[in-house]
Amino acid sequence: MAKLNLLQAINQALITAMTEDEKVVVFGEDVGHFGGVFRATSHLQEKFGKARCFNTPLTEQGIIGFANGLAAQGSVPVAEIQFGDYIFPAFDQIVNETAKFRYRSGGQFSCGSLTIRTPYGGGIAGGHYHSQSPEAFFSHIPGLKVVVPRDPYQAKGLLLGAIRDDNPVLFMEPKRLYRASVCEVPEDDYSIGLGKAEVIQEGTDITLLAWGAQVEIIQKAAAMALEDGVSCEIIDLRSILPWDAQTVAESVMKTGRLLINHEAPVTSGFGSEIAAHIQEQCFLYLEAPITRVCGLDTPYPLAHEKEYMPDEYKTYEALKRMLNY
Amino acid sequence: MNDRNHLGNVSMTHEVRIIENGLLDIPMLAILDADGTVYPQAKEPEIDQQLAVKMYHTMLYTRMLDERMVAAQRQGRISFYLASTGEEAAVVGSAAALSADDMIMSQYREQGALAFRGYTSAQFMNQMFSNRLDPNKGRQMPIHYGDKALNFMTISSPLGTQIPQAAGYAYGQKLAGNDALTICYFGEGAASEGDFHAGLNMAAVLNCPVIFFCRNNGYAISTPAEEQFAGYGIASRGIGYGVRTIRVDGNDPLAVFSATVKAHELALSASQPVLIEAMTYRLAAHSTSDDPSGYRSKKEEEKWRLKDPIERFKVWLLNKGWLKEEDTEQYLKEVRSDILDALKTAEKVPVNPISDIVEDVYSEVPWHLKAQREALLEHIKRYPDKYPKTSGEVGK
Repeated sequence: MAKLNLLQAINQALITAMTEDEKVVVFGEDVGHFGGVFRATSHLQEKFGKARCFNTPLTEQGIIGFANGLAAQGSVPVAEIQFGDYIFPAFDQIVNETAKFRYRSGGQFSCGSLTIRTPYGGGIAGGHYHSQSPEAFFSHIPGLKVVVPRDPYQAKGLLLGAIRDDNPVLFMEPKRLYRASVCEVPEDDYSIGLGKAEVIQEGTDITLLAWGAQVEIIQKAAAMALEDGVSCEIIDLRSILPWDAQTVAESVMKTGRLLINHEAPVTSGFGSEIAAHIQEQCFLYLEAPITRVCGLDTPYPLAHEKEYMPDEYKTYEALKRMLNY
Repeated sequence: MNDRNHLGNVSMTHEVRIIENGLLDIPMLAILDADGTVYPQAKEPEIDQQLAVKMYHTMLYTRMLDERMVAAQRQGRISFYLASTGEEAAVVGSAAALSADDMIMSQYREQGALAFRGYTSAQFMNQMFSNRLDPNKGRQMPIHYGDKALNFMTISSPLGTQIPQAAGYAYGQKLAGNDALTICYFGEGAASEGDFHAGLNMAAVLNCPVIFFCRNNGYAISTPAEEQFAGYGIASRGIGYGVRTIRVDGNDPLAVFSATVKAHELALSASQPVLIEAMTYRLAAHSTSDDPSGYRSKKEEEKWRLKDPIERFKVWLLNKGWLKEEDTEQYLKEVRSDILDALKTAEKVPVNPISDIVEDVYSEVPWHLKAQREALLEHIKRYPDKYPKTSGEVGK
């Protein structure tokens, strides 16, 4: 099995999907000959031709509008928004069109074949506009699925799962892991179904929950806690919408404590939804308040990026407070 | 990689030259005068009696439907309606030039195109009464029609969103090797949305076989065209995006038909977009929610009534001997009763079952929607008199 980084895994998933189904079409700003600003679409135009992998003009609303029509027609578009920070011109197309196409037409038409790929998140010295984690906005849109992989293995399987899923999917790629995260990725075709969280470490004292690049942060915090003799259960949520509340609730009923870590600002972040739901489900099991370790409610800062981030030290401190509650 | 030269087609000048509106003349194609005679210099399109009469009947049908449904809204039988009075030639004349395989992505004032494709009064009514026979399952306000069998995309309210979608749909048709294109309707107001600019640019750059059909009817609700844009209509923008463009008298069914036949041929043969700007006038209110007397004069409306597209087409058909005066009377009589019967039937058909409320959000109902549906049904059971439309279904 070859070791791949996250970009190579995504590239491999796209090659698999385009080889398998000639209806798969990949496009976005600079994704054609150049292969995308991060090279996720490298060599796709060479392999599959300009009709199936191409540059678009610089218009996010146009890219997603175009993708919606292409999906409704029966093609399988994989549209790239170059940075999650620039997805907002397409917000109307996503909220009012992509997500409502099936419902409003009584199932006659849909954008179910659409996958939108976009890099998100900080840690690359990207400042306000190359660092945001906008998943919570998209968790509030019935009809859309939102998925975030944590490593190359997950990225390939979940992206193939997203492309094959009969619902529009926003696939958010943790860009600071693009080259930093490397693991063994089978060359064979495999896909991971959407909507399922994964318990990646079992434990008994506290449940730590994150997604994307923050999974490795809670893993580091768990390693620090282990030194103190604390047993952490670690869950990667993987799908933000619909999310796997059952797996999380089962874990919290066992450990009695839930810590949620996400990079996005804390107020109205997706952690709020998880906290509200889990306290309804697990109220009598809780030994400590559900705690969120998240980004500050500021625009994403450049000079103080490190201080802004909900890192393993902040997570470890919160974890200790919860255990001593 | 080939060297590129983005100055390749740029000429040079040695004095400051300001390029203004007016340097570019975009004349309006006109074939049939308001009095129903063909302009001496104009050429009638190739059209046979059967098609011409079908166009005429569809235009009449649309007007009858509009009159009846505006009245039905006033009577409180439906919540909303949107008439196309005055714009029937623009819509029906263009729809008549398409093939049945072409996808229609409309704005919301294109009931004439749907009627031309054979949508029945019953189908119109089922949608407007949001009943369970509506294939869209009664989920949208009246006039948001959609019918896959007729290649008519379900309408959405946000303006202009269908424009880049039409480019994408057409790209897919081309990729699949279909001998079909997409026509996308919108108004001059919607052409101010970013989606218009995105859609035209993408269609041009990506060579999409799509006809962008703008109904420039002078008003966006109350906002007149002169407060909507300062350029030379919508047509001049087509030129800016590298899209072949035709401006046409939208009240002239023969001119609209001719322009759309040409656009269809160009779009399919060369796989490229074409923009048509149809100059027309919205004689109706924007919708049943506004009263035009607040923003325009009766005198202005009267001027446009004299340019009625249906009247001039009728005169042309009579002169050609393709229609008799009494045919119209007979047709109107039939249509009126057909529409009224359909209305009376559709308003008695119940809405979809309440359990349907969470269907079609996703391809399968996910856990959280199942739970929400269950909780809702439980609640309705407890308060049956508060939810009379659905409490009968949920039992006690």
